[in-house]
Amino acid sequence: MARVVVNVPAQAKRGEVIEIRTLAGHPMETGFRRTQLGELIPRDIIRTLICTYNGAEIFRAELHPAIAANPLISFTTVATESGTLEFRWTGDNGFSATQSAAIKVV
Amino acid sequence: MKRFAVVIGLLFPGFLLAEIPLAERRSGYEFMSRETRAMQDDEITGPAVLALLDGEALWGKLGCAGCHGDAKASMKGVAARYPALVDGKLVNLEQRIRPKAPALAYESRELLALTAYVARQSRGMPISVAVDEKTKSSLEAGRGFFEKRQGQLNLACAQCHDDNWGKKLSGNTIPQAHPTGYPLYRLEWQTVGSLTRRLRNCLTGMRAELYPHGAPELVELELYLMWRARGMPLESPAVRP
Repeated sequence: MARVVVNVPAQAKRGEVIEIRTLAGHPMETGFRRTQLGELIPRDIIRTLICTYNGAEIFRAELHPAIAANPLISFTTVATESGTLEFRWTGDNGFSATQSAAIKVV
Repeated sequence: MKRFAVVIGLLFPGFLLAEIPLAERRSGYEFMSRETRAMQDDEITGPAVLALLDGEALWGKLGCAGCHGDAKASMKGVAARYPALVDGKLVNLEQRIRPKAPALAYESRELLALTAYVARQSRGMPISVAVDEKTKSSLEAGRGFFEKRQGQLNLACAQCHDDNWGKKLSGNTIPQAHPTGYPLYRLEWQTVGSLTRRLRNCLTGMRAELYPHGAPELVELELYLMWRARGMPLESPAVRP
């Protein structure tokens, strides 16, 4: 059960810079750790986060090992028009999660 | 004179230990950095939010709502009263929830999520464990545990948390050990954990006997710690470094 949360202001003025915060529940196993028996724990991380604003990509992040579990990624954009922001996380072992948020621009 | 005090301290452990006056008690929150406080204050994308969402889903899925209805109303204030006596046995919040939801192991993601969700409904309410004739012996046992030197380092909890709070222990500020926010998201753990897990952490550091989850000794200690923090507002689920 992939759990993701986004925080997008419900309303913004046209041209305003808005802050977007995203949180994804994920262990972010680095692939460098070993068990007590010495076996390598396979890597299991989120690889990318892509955010689109009315279909146009506005933000992309590539994630690597040594990023903390449950990564919180925050970024800003300019509110241009009312519509939908869509977020997609993809990662190892077929991890995939999507979330969307509506914004009203006045 | 100082040497005399040290000798007295060695001869009578407990002699120099003094409880923190009520007005000087401070939650672990106040010892945290600005950034960590911001994580706890973030109610939408804070790290403990994931556990709360899981807990809310489990509340419905496991059928808790069938008897208890809406947790926001029925579980309000509950976490502030635990540990408490249930059928003559002192239990903490996890132990109260565990048998009702079948096959939830201690420290499992599900039990922690459910406990965090229940505890969330008491946020801001004053801690008020019942101390009466029936629980008094447990409270005294917990106090004894807190003040007793133990382990290979021969340390008592009180030596750090009553006598030396606010000072540094290997770069970290020693807090007063008020359990105001459990279960909480600990950055060191990168996950949510219970007060028992935290107590076992301390016992490991002291190289003392490691009691298992649910051991009566740890529940008694939990009761004493909650009584020690009486009246302080609950922050569950909190964030700690």
